[in-house]
Amino acid sequence: MTDYKNLKLIATSNPHIRGSETTRSIMLDVIIAMCPALIWAIIYFGVEALLLTAVSVIGCVVFEGLYRKLMHKPQSIDDLSAVVTGMLLAFVCPATTPLWMILIGDFFAIIVVKQLFGGIGKNFLNPALAGRAALLASYAGAMTTWLPAGTKAAIGGGMPVDVVSAATPLAYLKTGDLEGLKQIASVGDMFLGKVGGSMGEVSALMLLIGGLYLIWRKVINWQTPVAYIATVAVLTVLFPKAGGAEYMLYSIFGGGLFLGAFFMATDYATSPVTKKGQLIYGIGCGLFTVFIRYFGSYNEGVCYSIMVMNCCTALIDKYTKPVRFGVVKSDKKEAAAK
Amino acid sequence: MAQAFFGGVHPHDMKAATNEKAIEQLAPPATVVIPMSMHFGAPCTPIVKVGDQVKVGQKIGEFKGLGAPIHASVSGTVKAIEPRPFSMGGDMVSVVIENDFQNTVSEEVKAPADPDALTVEEMVEIVKNAGIVGMGGATFPTHVKISGGIGKVKDVLINGAECEPYITGDHRAMLERPEEIIGGATYLAKMFGVDKVIIGVEDNKQNGIDAMNKVIAEKKAPVVVEPLRCRYPQGGEKQLIQAITGRQVPPGGLPADVGCAVFNINTTICIFKAITTGMPVVNKVVTVSGSGIVDPKNIECPIGTPVSLLLDACGGVKDGTYKLIAGGPMMGMAQYTADIPVAKGTGAILAFCEKEEQTVEHPQCIRCGKCVAACPVHLEPLFMYQYAEKGMVDELNEAHIMDCMECGACAYACPARMHLTHMFKTGKQLVKNKMAADRAAAEAKKAAEAKKEA
Repeated sequence: MTDYKNLKLIATSNPHIRGSETTRSIMLDVIIAMCPALIWAIIYFGVEALLLTAVSVIGCVVFEGLYRKLMHKPQSIDDLSAVVTGMLLAFVCPATTPLWMILIGDFFAIIVVKQLFGGIGKNFLNPALAGRAALLASYAGAMTTWLPAGTKAAIGGGMPVDVVSAATPLAYLKTGDLEGLKQIASVGDMFLGKVGGSMGEVSALMLLIGGLYLIWRKVINWQTPVAYIATVAVLTVLFPKAGGAEYMLYSIFGGGLFLGAFFMATDYATSPVTKKGQLIYGIGCGLFTVFIRYFGSYNEGVCYSIMVMNCCTALIDKYTKPVRFGVVKSDKKEAAAK
Repeated sequence: MAQAFFGGVHPHDMKAATNEKAIEQLAPPATVVIPMSMHFGAPCTPIVKVGDQVKVGQKIGEFKGLGAPIHASVSGTVKAIEPRPFSMGGDMVSVVIENDFQNTVSEEVKAPADPDALTVEEMVEIVKNAGIVGMGGATFPTHVKISGGIGKVKDVLINGAECEPYITGDHRAMLERPEEIIGGATYLAKMFGVDKVIIGVEDNKQNGIDAMNKVIAEKKAPVVVEPLRCRYPQGGEKQLIQAITGRQVPPGGLPADVGCAVFNINTTICIFKAITTGMPVVNKVVTVSGSGIVDPKNIECPIGTPVSLLLDACGGVKDGTYKLIAGGPMMGMAQYTADIPVAKGTGAILAFCEKEEQTVEHPQCIRCGKCVAACPVHLEPLFMYQYAEKGMVDELNEAHIMDCMECGACAYACPARMHLTHMFKTGKQLVKNKMAADRAAAEAKKAAEAKKEA
């Protein structure tokens, strides 16, 4: 008989096998899903878009790495979540954002919003959106200066000489000036992304490709994005400020709706864990987006509506607990009757 | 095809290593070590003494209360009765028998003159005396399940899901011994007085389904095979009931509460053998597989065979083997020694030498909710983990941690590699301790009040 006494056996709890998915592989999938939109941004806004994204990513990774090191916490940059945050933050800023400014946003997103709450999975606000909100509050001018359609950003940030800031489609939608909007962009232009706006949000098509990839890879559930976009679509088709179905199409392809629906509202840490909860959450995001766009002082409502719903996540989780196995509806009624 | 149950995961089935290899008989072991606890319930009391001669099938352990008797699996001399390591962890009083290689069958083993003329009571008695327990690993005494279910049970299900990766013992039995399965199922139909028994089989065993259907047609047996879509933990009793009948067993309830009784394929074969030949449970088919095994096989061996002999029969283990598991990779128990015997519930012995384990040093939950989607009991593992980590016993109880069946689906699905199942075992203990403490406190209070009144 062979001696098996020399085996160094470990006796840990079941299960003894694990699925192939890891935090890192999920983040990598999100990065891949953002690539189409990034490529479009580079084509449309110029190399500056790539530079801005690269600086933002490096900023986020360095801030996260430094914080974990200085605070003597286990290193976490290899989970790639800081890369995702860096890309998303660049995506929601205008391509003309000065590079130093995006680093301030990175700092706020990674250090204040993410790490001070305990790191990945513990933050209650989406870091990239909170970073953008901080920049918008601090540098309202730079954050709402939009390149006219078809112009490239200057290297290093800022407007190219002789170019004047132009209104984005959202400004036209706000005032209900559908005719004016039609002159600068058709619905097709909006879908493809031939309009002004934040760097990564302009092309609904590219974001849709990325979003479908994420759903196919089972990284995100369809509930949040579908509920979100459908809510905006229904509200804008029922109560258009001008026109009708056309106003709805401009509304859903305009602004950051697709970026928000597929990449921001689906952020694990800040959205509900059950599919039912995600459906409610998506509807909530859609409602607030339309309210802000219609009645708020800002043209765009995606960023704030998601942040408002981030704060409701714990509440939604509490009231959408799954009914445990074996408890059927009649039982629940009986229990309630008692 | 039956609808699937809620939740679950779909691991690689890894069954190709053994599912085309016929069951081999192990060369008789020189000694067997038979633990006195191979069932759900209190351990048996040994009824033999050191030095006694025993024969195959002779009763050597008697149960009290909930349990099943234990029999000698080889003939020979009792060398020792002492605590030995066993697969459920720790040591257990075991009867060590030195094999005389005569294979003498005990006089206690008597085949009934006409098995088909037996009454229900007689059949249940045979099952009871044969020491049959849930051979899929749960090891609940089968006679208790039958006698408790008669009258209440309308649907008798045979569990051929074999949803754990690697394990192919039941699959091989379907191919090699279909008439024993169908025969056992027919006896079960008779005992429960139902006109059909449903065998649930995952559709990755199509040839097994065909083999059984052939026998059913030949014998015109009251049995139906229901193919099931592959998903773990389909072989969980409550999940199988949900997949086949759509009914959900209430929390804390038994299958009989929804008119069902579930028996494992192996258990069914044991019932057939006991009723037709009188032979109690003395053998077990074990799948020996995993990346650490040189030549994976299905081996039939006497109960009590040391696992090291099975490993030898499969060419030994590879260098770097770091894990030895009794049972499947999802619910089996990791062993600290190869010095354990095969018990009634040991369906597989797995050795791992590759990266199956996949632990990370500082796992951190990312709240992805994949554990919630995977939980077949519809619990929320991520919150239960937080409560258990912080010792929040009341919250744990409200999160229904006691309903957790430790199937491991959540931990399998977890991309952050959280030790969910491990934490729930700890958490359940916390809840149990609190319940015991509360009971003790209530009793002390009652006693104090009684004293005051007196």
